Formats: sequence, C-alpha cells, structure tokens
Amino acid sequence: MLRFGFSLISGALFGLGLLISGMTDTKKVQGFLDILGAWDPTLAFVMGGALVPMALAWRWTRGRAPLVGGAFPALPAAPLDRNLILGSLLFGIGWALAGLCPGPALASLSFGGAQGLLFVAAMALGMRIAPALRLVLDRRAAKA
Amino acid sequence: MPQDWILGLLGGALIGCAGALYLLGAGRIMGASGIVGGLVDGTARNTWAERLLFLVGLVGAPVLVTQIFGLSPATNATGPGAVLIAAGLLVGLGTRLANGCTSGHGVCGISRLSPRGIVASLLYIGAGMATLALLRQAWGLI
Repeated sequence: MLRFGFSLISGALFGLGLLISGMTDTKKVQGFLDILGAWDPTLAFVMGGALVPMALAWRWTRGRAPLVGGAFPALPAAPLDRNLILGSLLFGIGWALAGLCPGPALASLSFGGAQGLLFVAAMALGMRIAPALRLVLDRRAAKA
Repeated sequence: MPQDWILGLLGGALIGCAGALYLLGAGRIMGASGIVGGLVDGTARNTWAERLLFLVGLVGAPVLVTQIFGLSPATNATGPGAVLIAAGLLVGLGTRLANGCTSGHGVCGISRLSPRGIVASLLYIGAGMATLALLRQAWGLI
C-alpha cells in the first residue's frame, strides 16, 4: 500500500511541476532548443530547480534503504553503449519536432487536444516496437 | 513573461521533489519513459499497478488543478499530424532504446553524476538543437 501511495503522490507532484514550470507548453521547450531563434532559457531553470532536491535525495540514500524496503538502484555498470547514443539522438530529434517528451506529453493529456493524443499514441507505438529494434541492432552488432 | 524563470524554478523544484519522494520512498528512479514503456511493452509484470498509479497522478493532477483554478493551459502543439506522429515514434523508440528521457537520464541521472545520464542528456539536447537549427532556422520547415 505504501508503495502505491508514493507512486500516486510522486506522479501528481511531477505533473504539477511540469504544468507550473511551463514545460507542457511546446513553444517553451522548442524555444529552449531553438538557439538560433528567440532563445527561451526557461527549461534550464526547470532543470536547475529539479536537480537540487534530487541531488540532496541521492546524498541522503547513502547507508540507508528505501522506506518500502529493498535497496536503492545502483549506478548502471555499462557506462556508454551504442543503444544509449543512438536512442538519445533519435529522442532529441523527436523532442525538437513536437516540443514534447514523455512526461509533459502525459501531463498535458487532459488539455492537449487531438494533437496531444496523436503524439502519445505514436509514442506508445514507438515504445512497443523498441524491444524489436533493440534485438535487430544487437544481432547486427554481434555479427560485425 | 518576465516571471517565467521563477515559475520554471518553482515547477522544477516540484519535479525534483517528486523524483526525491519516488527514490527515497519507493526506491525507484522517476523516469517517465521507463514507467510508461514497461506498461506498453509488457515488461512491467508485477509492477504494473504502481506504474499505473504514477500515471494516474501525472495525468490527473493537472486535471484537478486546471478545474479548481479555472485554468486553460495550452500545449501550442500545432503542425501537421505527420510531424506529430514522426515525433512521437522517435521519442518512443529513442527513449526506450536509450533507457531514459529528460526525467530519468536528465533529472535523476545528472543529479547523481551518472555518466550515462550526462552523456544521454548532452546528446538529446544537442540533437534537438541541431534539429531546430536545420529544420526551422536554415530550411524554414517547422
């Protein structure tokens, strides 16, 4: 039950933060990425504001355990691989095209209209076929 | 608006608190693409209920706030459907291939100085900037 409570409240705080910060407005996100246009630095302030409590939280995890028990997630061992690089590049292109990434796309679902729904549906489809793409890429890498 | 950066900082702090609560309470990384992706590709297994509740909060909190305060925020997502579909596909594929997006690699990864999170964030921000520099500023397409 406790775990479910943390999930619901974290999701709600996340959605609220995205709405207040203006990150559900695709113009502000594209404005940040459009460095040769009328640059909008808001996203940098959002990231800065988010990193402070999150960095404090990581510090606090040392020598402790999550409230629901178990262990905190370890730092991933494989530092950089091809999937991380290729995936991040593809993500960045899509992010710039629409001005939406997964969090804000979902937070704006109730007021984003047909465009928002279309984006989320396409995103879900992309996520659905991602494991197959990963398999193909890994096979090709193993052959090479 | 001149107070955009204040709202940005405030909203950002809320996002950071959400991630901190999810980490310290549930022991999980708050990554939007990972939480949704696990539900969509069937890898969630016995964690589907907590993922679904996170989504209920994420989608539902803005509904409550906009109703209570009578706000009508706009996403300003215009542009042809084909561009939105291409964008969605790229975001879905890319974030799952990279195992993270702006929340997982960005907020949660950078704050613990994870090399993967930092490199991923530099790459998606760089790719996004290059995309708009070419498609909007150089070619006037979007």
